Amino acid sequence: MVLVAVLMFGFAFALVPLYNVFCEITGLNGKTSGQVAEDVLKTQVVDENRIVTIQFDGTVNSELNWEFRPTEFEMQVTPGKLYKTEYYAKNLSNRDVTGRATYSVSPGKASLYFNKTECFCFTEQTLKANEEVLMPVTFIVDSKLTKDVNIMTLSYTFFKLPSS
Amino acid sequence: MSHADTHDHDHDHKPKGFVKRWLMTTNHKDIGTLYLIFAFAMFILGGALAMIIRLELFQPGLQFVQPDFFNQLTTMHALIMVFGAVMPAFVGFANWMIPIMIGAPDMALPRMNNWSFWILPFAFTMLVSTFFMDGGAPAAGWTLYPPLVLQGGKNLAFAVFAIHMLGISSIMGAINVIATIMNMRAPNMGYLKMPLFVWTWLITAFLLIAVMPVFAGAVTMLLTDHYFGTTFFNAAGGGDPVLFQHIFWFFGHPEVYIMILPSFGIISEILPTFSRKPLFGYVSMVYATAAIAFLSFIVWAHHMFSVGMPFGGELYFMYATMLISIPTGVKVFNWVSTMWKGAMTFETPMLWSIAFVILFTIGGFSGLMMAIAPVDFQYHDTYFIVAHFHYVLVTGAVFAIIAGVYYWIPKWTGNMYSERLGKIHFWWSTISVNVLFFPQHFLGLAGMPRRIPDYSTQFAEFNMWSSIGGFAFGLAQVFFIWIVYRTIKGKGTTKATDRVWEGAKGLEWFIPSPAPHHTFQDGEPVKDEQLAHVSSH
Repeated sequence: MVLVAVLMFGFAFALVPLYNVFCEITGLNGKTSGQVAEDVLKTQVVDENRIVTIQFDGTVNSELNWEFRPTEFEMQVTPGKLYKTEYYAKNLSNRDVTGRATYSVSPGKASLYFNKTECFCFTEQTLKANEEVLMPVTFIVDSKLTKDVNIMTLSYTFFKLPSS
Repeated sequence: MSHADTHDHDHDHKPKGFVKRWLMTTNHKDIGTLYLIFAFAMFILGGALAMIIRLELFQPGLQFVQPDFFNQLTTMHALIMVFGAVMPAFVGFANWMIPIMIGAPDMALPRMNNWSFWILPFAFTMLVSTFFMDGGAPAAGWTLYPPLVLQGGKNLAFAVFAIHMLGISSIMGAINVIATIMNMRAPNMGYLKMPLFVWTWLITAFLLIAVMPVFAGAVTMLLTDHYFGTTFFNAAGGGDPVLFQHIFWFFGHPEVYIMILPSFGIISEILPTFSRKPLFGYVSMVYATAAIAFLSFIVWAHHMFSVGMPFGGELYFMYATMLISIPTGVKVFNWVSTMWKGAMTFETPMLWSIAFVILFTIGGFSGLMMAIAPVDFQYHDTYFIVAHFHYVLVTGAVFAIIAGVYYWIPKWTGNMYSERLGKIHFWWSTISVNVLFFPQHFLGLAGMPRRIPDYSTQFAEFNMWSSIGGFAFGLAQVFFIWIVYRTIKGKGTTKATDRVWEGAKGLEWFIPSPAPHHTFQDGEPVKDEQLAHVSSH
């Protein structure tokens, strides 16, 4: 029974990866699938008549003194094709600051069909004092995207890295 | 051997001296007493915090305490009542009654038993000491949701380690209960002859072992997030604060059944005695308890409907939650059927038990209302939920504890309590507790949020009623201390007989009152005619 207690303590920690895997498989929480883009491109059946609107959103956590926004707020895309957009970021402070972005795609069930091939998420971005950058995102909306989804939102939030 | 033991029955062999008798005790009855006294002290402390809360809420506006301190009060009130009062009280009952009820000489692991009690005062000293620190006590609610709880200052580490110690204490207590019930039953005490109190505790103990470590894990992650830079619940590092809520309620929902299943057991002992009938549907009671315990593991996200969940999730957790009302309904109908056409008398324990059945069912119904996901969006985090869980925990768990104290205190002390004072205590408490909590349903439906020290003026009257009821209920429990004290000292009381109650069955009524320091040492088989339930299974 002591063993059961110890195992259940471990189970609490095992819930962390389980939760992430569960969210990735189901698309809950707006997590996108980890598929590599090259593989995705091969399987695409492009329907030129279908148009999906992608909305871009950028937020900065209150602890980070940056300006951060998408350069275009909306884009009409055809599922199955590769697209590129850019986000603009500027360090408004007089010091070098490192930040890190997380993202989510909504609606959750559509997030599985959103593949990013290049993205600045989860990598540390250091901006020097008052430095400006453009950060690219390339993506493919999977052509298997269900018909009922016509609008998707890609949202980024930039956080200050705790150590910086 | 057995000869010498029977001969010695009248001599208690209690250890001499305070330290040896209490600090170093391995006797299940002494440890049970310690648990009950500790739980009572914590009940008064947690109650005192609640009195300040009701004082502040007596009128709109800020009169007595600042919002931050108010949040500390609600948080600590909950932590103390849940982990300091209700749970240790039930462990106290378990220690006192389980070995006697199954004919065992003591708990299976007596030294561990001592340890699991003596951890508690240290854990609570640590927890309560946070009131006197910079930044005060934890103030994010007993659910300790991040990120708020991580912003509270030094108290986090103290709260987390206190919870670890409580968890260790509970787990050791639970292991002890399971080991005792599985290995130490007297000959001829089959599983389906055990009193229902023993059954409910056996199932509760399994719940404890399964979920207390999960809670310990969750708070450990809070600790490392705060002090060691991990990001389990921090979105900036790829974590997710909602994950904490899932882990917490995976613990939290079974936890609420940990607090109610032993009360079901106590009530199932008392109602048959004063109805002078065997418990109706004994076996179905056992299965219903097990079913409730199982279901408690698969309904946790009904605490999170408004957090954001896919439609399918809301539906699943809604239906699964409603399913619990079936085994609970089995229990309530069994209790009613036990009383049906019984030769009932209304001694104090019976009064508390009948009040339990009625008022707990009200709490169950308001729970069912909140199980409806779309409706929960309106009720979530309002006084409606406050009313709900106080109906199940105060008029449920606490009423059962008080009923159990009145029921068994003649056996513990050898003295009958004063029936007149007991009845005054009952009516005083029952009326005031409804004045206290019933208006909170209306406040919640009207939209008054919980955990807020100030409120809009349209809520003023119900809050004033609620506060008046609260003060009266608090005072009634101080009166209870006096009743218990008089009973222990034998003032204005009569000596209890061995059987105490006319309709009582079960092994505890076949030993002397007060119960000798050592009982059931000869290992003789129990006789079927002494037992309340003899199912042929």
